[in-house]
Amino acid sequence: MSHNHNAIELQDVTKAYGEKVKALDRVSLQVGTGEFLAIVGPSGSGKTTLLRLINRLAEPTSGTIRVDGADISDAEPIGLRRRIGYVFQGIGLFPHMTVAENIAITPLLIGWNDKKRAARVEQLLRLVRLDPANYRNRFPAALSGGERQRVGVARALAAKPKIVLMDEPFGALDALNRDALGRNYRELHEKLELTTVMITHDLTEAALLADRIVVIHQGHLIEEGAPRDLMTAPKHTYVRELVETPRSQAMRLAALLKGDTSR
Amino acid sequence: MNGFDHRFYDALAKLPDYLGSHVLVSVTALALGLAFSLPLALVATRWPLLRNLILGLASIVQTIPGLALLALFYPLLLALSVLTEKIFGVGFSALGFLPSVLALALYSMLPVLRNTVTGILNIDPAVREATLGVGMTGGQALTMVELPLARPIIMAGVRTAAVWVIGTATLATPVGQTSLGNYIFTGLQTQNWVFVIFGCIASAVLALAVDQLLALIESGFGAHKRRHIAIGSAGIAFITVAAVWPSLVRPAATYVIGAKTFTEQYILEALIEQRLQAEGLSSRRRDGLGSVVIFNALATGDIDVYVEYSGTLWSNQLQHTETKPREEVLATIKQWLGDKYKITMLGNLGFENAYALAMSRKRAEARGIRSIENLARYASQLSIAGDYEFFERPEWKVTVAAYGLKFREEKLIQPEFMYQAAAAGEVDVISAYTSEGRVKQYDLIILDDPKRTIPPYDAVLLVAPKRAGDDRLVAALKPLLGAIDVDLMREANLRANGNGPASSPEEIARWMWGEIEKKRAR
Repeated sequence: MSHNHNAIELQDVTKAYGEKVKALDRVSLQVGTGEFLAIVGPSGSGKTTLLRLINRLAEPTSGTIRVDGADISDAEPIGLRRRIGYVFQGIGLFPHMTVAENIAITPLLIGWNDKKRAARVEQLLRLVRLDPANYRNRFPAALSGGERQRVGVARALAAKPKIVLMDEPFGALDALNRDALGRNYRELHEKLELTTVMITHDLTEAALLADRIVVIHQGHLIEEGAPRDLMTAPKHTYVRELVETPRSQAMRLAALLKGDTSR
Repeated sequence: MNGFDHRFYDALAKLPDYLGSHVLVSVTALALGLAFSLPLALVATRWPLLRNLILGLASIVQTIPGLALLALFYPLLLALSVLTEKIFGVGFSALGFLPSVLALALYSMLPVLRNTVTGILNIDPAVREATLGVGMTGGQALTMVELPLARPIIMAGVRTAAVWVIGTATLATPVGQTSLGNYIFTGLQTQNWVFVIFGCIASAVLALAVDQLLALIESGFGAHKRRHIAIGSAGIAFITVAAVWPSLVRPAATYVIGAKTFTEQYILEALIEQRLQAEGLSSRRRDGLGSVVIFNALATGDIDVYVEYSGTLWSNQLQHTETKPREEVLATIKQWLGDKYKITMLGNLGFENAYALAMSRKRAEARGIRSIENLARYASQLSIAGDYEFFERPEWKVTVAAYGLKFREEKLIQPEFMYQAAAAGEVDVISAYTSEGRVKQYDLIILDDPKRTIPPYDAVLLVAPKRAGDDRLVAALKPLLGAIDVDLMREANLRANGNGPASSPEEIARWMWGEIEKKRAR
C-alpha cells in the first residue's frame, strides 16, 4: 500500500457489448486518495459505464481495476459495494421505506444494531442539512426533489465509506438547489476525507466542485487536468467546444450586467 | 312445515359437512398453488424466455373449463395409482380430494404468476439498481425491496385466485370431492331448487368473505396497520378452523356409500345408509359420481358399496355388444367381477332400471308406432333426447345398427327433465328409464325391443374387495335383496318429484323400508 496513494486505479480498461460496440476503449485513470474527480462527457460517451465498473455493477471485458490497491476482480462484489457509497442518477430511494430506513439500509446489511443505526441517521440528516425530527419518519413520496437527493447522499455515506461514486447526482434539480447541494457535498468531502468520483455533463459544475476533470468522448479518455488548466488551454476539439459554451455564457452575462445589449 | 322450510333446514343440516370439505379443498389447493406459482414467478422475472413459456402454459390451463380440468385429473391419477401400486406396492386414492386439489391448484396459478411477474417487473429500474448499489444480495433485494413493492399487485392476484378456486371447487362434486357443489348437483338432479340456490349463495358468501379478509390484510400492509393484518389473518384462520373442525371431531365413518347422479341412486343410497345405521354401522355418502368413476372407486376401495345396473357393467365393463337373457347376464357379471376385481355382487334388488325408448302416447299412436322397429320408418323426421351417456353407450350403437335408426336430431338432456320434454312435444323420443315413475305420470309409452338390442338392467348391490368377508355389512344389506320390485321403485321415484317434506331421499327411503317390511309380514 505504501507505494500506492491511489484510491482507484483503472488500467487499460475496455468494456465491449458484443463484437462492435465498445462503451469504453482502453481507458487508464488514477484517482488519488482524498481527491475529488469529475468525469465529464456527452450522453452515451461511456462515463456511467466507467463508474459502474468501479463497484462491479458491470464487469470489464479486459483491463484491471484496483480499489485501495487491490484488484477488484478478486473482491466479493457485495462486500465491495457496501464499502463504496453510490449516489444514483435516478436517486432510487426505496419508496416503501422511511427516510431513516433508507439511510440506514447499508448499515443494516452489514449488521449495525438499532441504536448505532439511529444515531448514524441523526448525524447524517444534520450533515445534509435536514432536520431529523421533521424528516426521519417521512416517506420519499413526501419529499421535494432536492430533499430526496440529500437523502440519497446521506444513504451513500451511511456505512462510512471512504470512496463515493456519484452519477449526475444533482442533474434533476433546479439551479439554486443544485448549487447549494453541490457546495454542501464538497464540504462533506473535505470533512469526511472522502475520495469522490462524480459524473456530470455540466462542465461548470465540474469546474466549481472538482480538483480534477477527465473528459470522456466516444469511449476514450480524451483529456484530463485541473479545472483551470483544462478550461484555459483545452487541446481536443470537443473539449474546446465544451469549454467555449460556459465561457461565452459567462462573458455574455457579464456584458449584460454592465448594460451592453450587443449579445 | 312447508316444502321450502323443510328443504331449507335440510340444506342447513348438511352445511357443516359440505362447507368444511369445501374450505379444506379450497385452502389446500390455494396453498399448493401459491407454493408453486410464487417461486415460479420469481424465477420467471429473471429469465425472459422461461417467463413466456410459464405464462403461456398457465394461460392454456385457464382456457380449459373447470369441470373438464377436474375430470381430466381423475384418470390421470388413477393410472398413476395403478403404476405406484405395481412398482411400490402402494396405491393411493385417485378419487375426490387429490384430483380436486391438484386441478384447483393449477387453476389458481395464472393470476398469481401473472401479477407477481408484472408487479416485480414494474418496479422502477432506479430502485432496482439501488438495491445493488447499496450492497444487497439477490435474496435481500427480493425480500427487502422487490416483494414489498410488488405486494399490492401480488395480493390482487392472490385474491383473484382465491375467488376462482372457491367458485370452481363447487365442480369437484362429480369427481367425488364433497363440496358446496353437492347442493347444486343434488339440487339439479332432484329438482330441489332450494338446494341449488343455497349452494350458490353459500359459495358466493364464502368467496366474498375470503376476498374481503385478504383485502383487509393487504390494506394493513399498505397503511402500516398491524391491526388490519391481524384481524384479516385471524378471520381466515377462523373460517378454516371453524369449517374443518366438525369433520375432525366427528367420529370417522366406517363405510362409504356411493351414488350416481340421479334420483333413484340418492334414494337407494339413503336406504342403504339407514340399513347400516340399523345394524349399528356408521357410514358416509359420496354421491354425484359418474358411471365409470363410481365403478373404479369401488374397485380401489374408495367407496364400499353402491347400486349398479347389470346392463351398464355388461356393456361398459365387459364390452359385450350382444344381449343375453337376464339370469345369464347376472351370472356372467358376478363371475367376472369376482375374478377380475374381487368385487362381491351381493345380489339383485328385484327391479330393473333399463334404458328404453319412450314416446308420448298421442304421438306414437298417431303414427302407429309400438316398437323400435316401427320407429325406424319415421326416425328421420323425429328428434331424440338422451341422458349424458346414452348416445355413447355400446348398446345404443348396436340398436342404431340393428334397426337402422337415423334421427333428425340428437339432444343431450338432464334425465329429470326429459319426460316432461317428451310430454310437451319438445322432443319426440327419449331414452327413458324403466323404473322411472314419470313414464306413467306423463302418459308415455315404452317401445318394444323385438331384436333385444338393449341388455337387461337389474339393479345389483356391489361390495368393495376389502369388504368381501364383512358379515355385519352383508347382514345389514341382505334384507334389501329381492325386496324392491319395479312398482315400488317407480312409486319412490315419483315421490321424489314432490315438494313436501316427504320428498327427500331420506324420507322416501324410510317409506320404502316400511313397504318392504309390510310385504314381508304378509
